[in-house]
Amino acid sequence: MRYSLALFVILAFIWLANSGHYTGLLLSFGLVSVFTVVAISQRMGLIDHESQPIHLAGGLPRYYWWLFTKIVRSNIDVVRHVWRGPSTISPVSAWVPARLHTDMGKVLYANSITLTPGTVAVDIDGEEILVHALTAEGLEDLRRGEMERQVRDLEE
Amino acid sequence: MLAATIIALLVVMALALARALLGPTIYDRILAVNVFGTKTVVLIAVICFTLGKPEFLDIALVYALINFVSVVGVLRYFEFRSGNSFPVVGQGDFSGDEGGQAND
Amino acid sequence: MTDLVVSGLSAVLLALGCLFMVSGAVGLLRFPDFYTRMHAAGVTDTLATFLIICALMLQAGWSLALFKLGLILLFIFFTSPAASHALAKAAQHSTLRLEPGSGPRAVPAEAVGGQETQPAEPALEADAANGDRA
Repeated sequence: MRYSLALFVILAFIWLANSGHYTGLLLSFGLVSVFTVVAISQRMGLIDHESQPIHLAGGLPRYYWWLFTKIVRSNIDVVRHVWRGPSTISPVSAWVPARLHTDMGKVLYANSITLTPGTVAVDIDGEEILVHALTAEGLEDLRRGEMERQVRDLEE
Repeated sequence: MLAATIIALLVVMALALARALLGPTIYDRILAVNVFGTKTVVLIAVICFTLGKPEFLDIALVYALINFVSVVGVLRYFEFRSGNSFPVVGQGDFSGDEGGQAND
Repeated sequence: MTDLVVSGLSAVLLALGCLFMVSGAVGLLRFPDFYTRMHAAGVTDTLATFLIICALMLQAGWSLALFKLGLILLFIFFTSPAASHALAKAAQHSTLRLEPGSGPRAVPAEAVGGQETQPAEPALEADAANGDRA
């Protein structure tokens, strides 16, 4: 029920933000379509803690802020390597440990790695992620586990 | 400043197109097409503000959706076409023939 | 006064966004192989898009366009890693396959995995060089 309500609020917000016409008729159409989507999702069994991770919502702003600063720093780093030329990069790939309790945490961690320029998560196997990095320093930075700790803080 | 941004976006799209033509592998081409698509979304959004018609933003939104689905769809096709035979489906298949055609 | 500040800030953000975007595209052309090019593409997808959309948000002010720009930004940030990962995963089925567990590329040159990637690298560069000349 909690998850259905969360989906309803999100869908209603998207509908209102995209519509721009707030007359009675169109609002009722929107209400009907949002209810239909929630009902269909419920029948398909799509609504659970994985599709609506509201238990993470409390820690998300702090994590997003941290991720944003990380993205800015690695962007500047990659751009510097672009202008200095391909001789300054040292591409490397390796398995990086991901000691996280939930699948959700692993997905978040792998997606964060890919979203940060300079590192890409290629494959995941149990508690390890295959990472390709632009420089050896980028991989070392990941190995130090700062990002992993942030994700673990988030899921607890 | 908006006009300068549009020019920069067009330059970036031209560079991505150059990468798509140069290849050399099929994945480089898909990567370039993906970059081209996301830049198109931003270009449409900037054009909205140049023309002063915010309702065009819906087009950018829909284009973002279509771009993502099409890239993933094309990738699924190549992922399963090559299967497990990665030593056979090699540089010769993708770069040699296609690269030649693209350059001709 | 505030109008001037907002438009100035928006112009600065647009200029920075253009700079990052062009840098990413140059990297896309300049870097030697597929995986490194993917990192360059990441620059244009994340920070450059963020800066340009933020500049547009400042110009939009409090209107419906603000929410739509936010939705576009959110969507690009959610789908960009998914597309990148799909690309890297699909490339695992080709000769571009990364040998798992390897350190820097130069180290396992005589290992079994090295035989797959080592011949592929010069071919890649040769093709790119040919393309440049053509």
